[in-house]
Amino acid sequence: MSYRNPPTPPRKSATFDDASLAEIRRAAETGIYDIRGGGTKRKVPHFDDLLFLGASMSRYPLEGYRERCDTSVTLGTRFARKPIQLKIPVTIAGMSFGALSGNAKEALGRGATLAGTSTTTGDGGMTDEERGHSDTLVYQYLPSRYGMNPRDLRRADAIEIVIGQGAKPGGGGMLLGQKISDRVAEMRTLPKGIDQRSACRHPDWTGPDDLEIKILELREITDWEKPIYIKVGGARPYYDTALAVKAGADVVVLDGMQGGTAATQDVFIEHVGQPILACIRPAVQALQDLGMHRKVQLIVSGGIRTGADVAKALALGADAVAIGTAALVAIGDNDPQWEAEYNKLGTTAGAYDDWHEGMDPAGITTQDPELAARLDPVRAGRRLANYLKVMTLEAQTIARACGHNHLHNLEPEDICALTIEAAAMARVPLAGTAWIPGQTAF
Amino acid sequence: MPEFDLASAPLRDLNQALHAIEPGTNDLAFDIRNPRGSHAVAVGCDAPLTVNVHGSVGYYCGGMNAQAAITVRGSAGPGVAENMMSGTVIVEGDASQYAGATGRGGLLVIKGNASSRCGISMKGIDIVVAGNVGHMSAFMAQSGNLVVLGDAGEALGDSIYEAKLFVRGQVKSLGADCEEKEMRPEHVALLESLLERAGMTDARPSEFRRYGSARKLYNFSIDNVDAY
Repeated sequence: MSYRNPPTPPRKSATFDDASLAEIRRAAETGIYDIRGGGTKRKVPHFDDLLFLGASMSRYPLEGYRERCDTSVTLGTRFARKPIQLKIPVTIAGMSFGALSGNAKEALGRGATLAGTSTTTGDGGMTDEERGHSDTLVYQYLPSRYGMNPRDLRRADAIEIVIGQGAKPGGGGMLLGQKISDRVAEMRTLPKGIDQRSACRHPDWTGPDDLEIKILELREITDWEKPIYIKVGGARPYYDTALAVKAGADVVVLDGMQGGTAATQDVFIEHVGQPILACIRPAVQALQDLGMHRKVQLIVSGGIRTGADVAKALALGADAVAIGTAALVAIGDNDPQWEAEYNKLGTTAGAYDDWHEGMDPAGITTQDPELAARLDPVRAGRRLANYLKVMTLEAQTIARACGHNHLHNLEPEDICALTIEAAAMARVPLAGTAWIPGQTAF
Repeated sequence: MPEFDLASAPLRDLNQALHAIEPGTNDLAFDIRNPRGSHAVAVGCDAPLTVNVHGSVGYYCGGMNAQAAITVRGSAGPGVAENMMSGTVIVEGDASQYAGATGRGGLLVIKGNASSRCGISMKGIDIVVAGNVGHMSAFMAQSGNLVVLGDAGEALGDSIYEAKLFVRGQVKSLGADCEEKEMRPEHVALLESLLERAGMTDARPSEFRRYGSARKLYNFSIDNVDAY
């Protein structure tokens, strides 16, 4: 009589999980890597792993609704003759017309203006609509230089030199042919319908020494009026920040791997770069070592969702934050009202990330006129303004509870961490201990 | 004629004066002495100025020029006439890397040689080089014309889009998706016009060969992966 194993319940591999198996099959079927929008979807240490301590015996809290907690921020105080004044420390990150519809760009401008903050152009140049609807507009200066011209440079309120972004540090832009409409093609001086491979390096400088001269040129062209930001992805935040300061930045923008992109390889999004939580303290350390903290302002981005995230970023030393994905959600991206249409695209509300295909049911990441018309820019702008104001109120609530009359007075001492990883990255004590891994003895 | 001696006058004063030209101003000619390799000389001009730079300049001379006619009576450092919109920039000597990078209009004439990446990412500018150009020239060139009376280095026109390249001498190698193209009558006429505008009428269009995009990499195909 032969031996037979008794039946066991089916067990799937933790290594070859359903997502991995599906990706292997997809790659085998199509012969191309997966491209998508958004930021990392993997779980990484984040602001959720931090808690505020609040006031008690050793700190006095401020009265909510009675004692003022200021939220203003000034950006570009180092060299610019006309620094930017914002009412709230939450800005809108760079997103291009091309990646987004004209209505979406208009909505971002309207919402940011209502809330007293700035919005930012993207790879593809500045449109008259977004300039017109944005009281404070930051003009991105990218490797591709699509649509780059001195008129727009001069009518911007600040210039952001993009070295990299959190979703793909070291990668260039990608806008596939489906979204290259006549207008997008004209703005970028390229044929309609081709896949655009934006460069990953700037065409006319190499390294921080050259960048210093490039910044001199931009300042001379704009008569030293505009704040100049340098945006980097979360790669080597200490040295990147130090070199940005050396090159002459007024503002450093630091984008962690949760920061979104319009389109890039999934393997890039998920495997290159660091979470923003791991980046802030090294960047602040670089500014402090150079005596430039609060003189060169630091804007951080990547996965900012709530006022608590804002407060935590500022407590770790940032001067402001930028939001991209959250802003798109606020104006209607991935909204369950379009669930039936997401289903037709093989996905579901909350998971839709094929932004490069231009078929967004919400009319945001598309150049299709019929889809784009679904987004009412006035109403969407109002939604964004509401959201920005809620975030600000939330951050103020926390700051008052910690006894601070300005969001910038939040400090690392207000925070503890729930995990060892977060404690090490944020350089704050593990909850219930005085232990900061890598800094103090247990 | 306003004259700026950069041995004593700050660069800021020069560029501010060039930007402060009001419509109707008659005195539109500027002389710049002792540039001594200064960076960002005469950048961001936006008026029909005539600017003569007596000596060699550093990075980005004539950057983002619009309307002005700028002549460098010496050599130019990296990025001369970068992102030019209109007007002319003439370099009587040699030019370093990235000459005419991302330029969207106007004419850049280099009477000597140009180094690597001449015309990189050009978007409508016309560039005429009397001598040779270095490697990776016209990389990702989108639109406009690059004319080289001498030789071109390695990987000419790599990842080129719709720019037109004319080379009289040898091309060491062509970059990805760049190929030699037929020289049709309209190209001969175009080249003749470019040479005339550059004041290089000694060269005959029939001596040149034309290069442009094979357009095989315009849309991604896994079968072209060896080209990347």
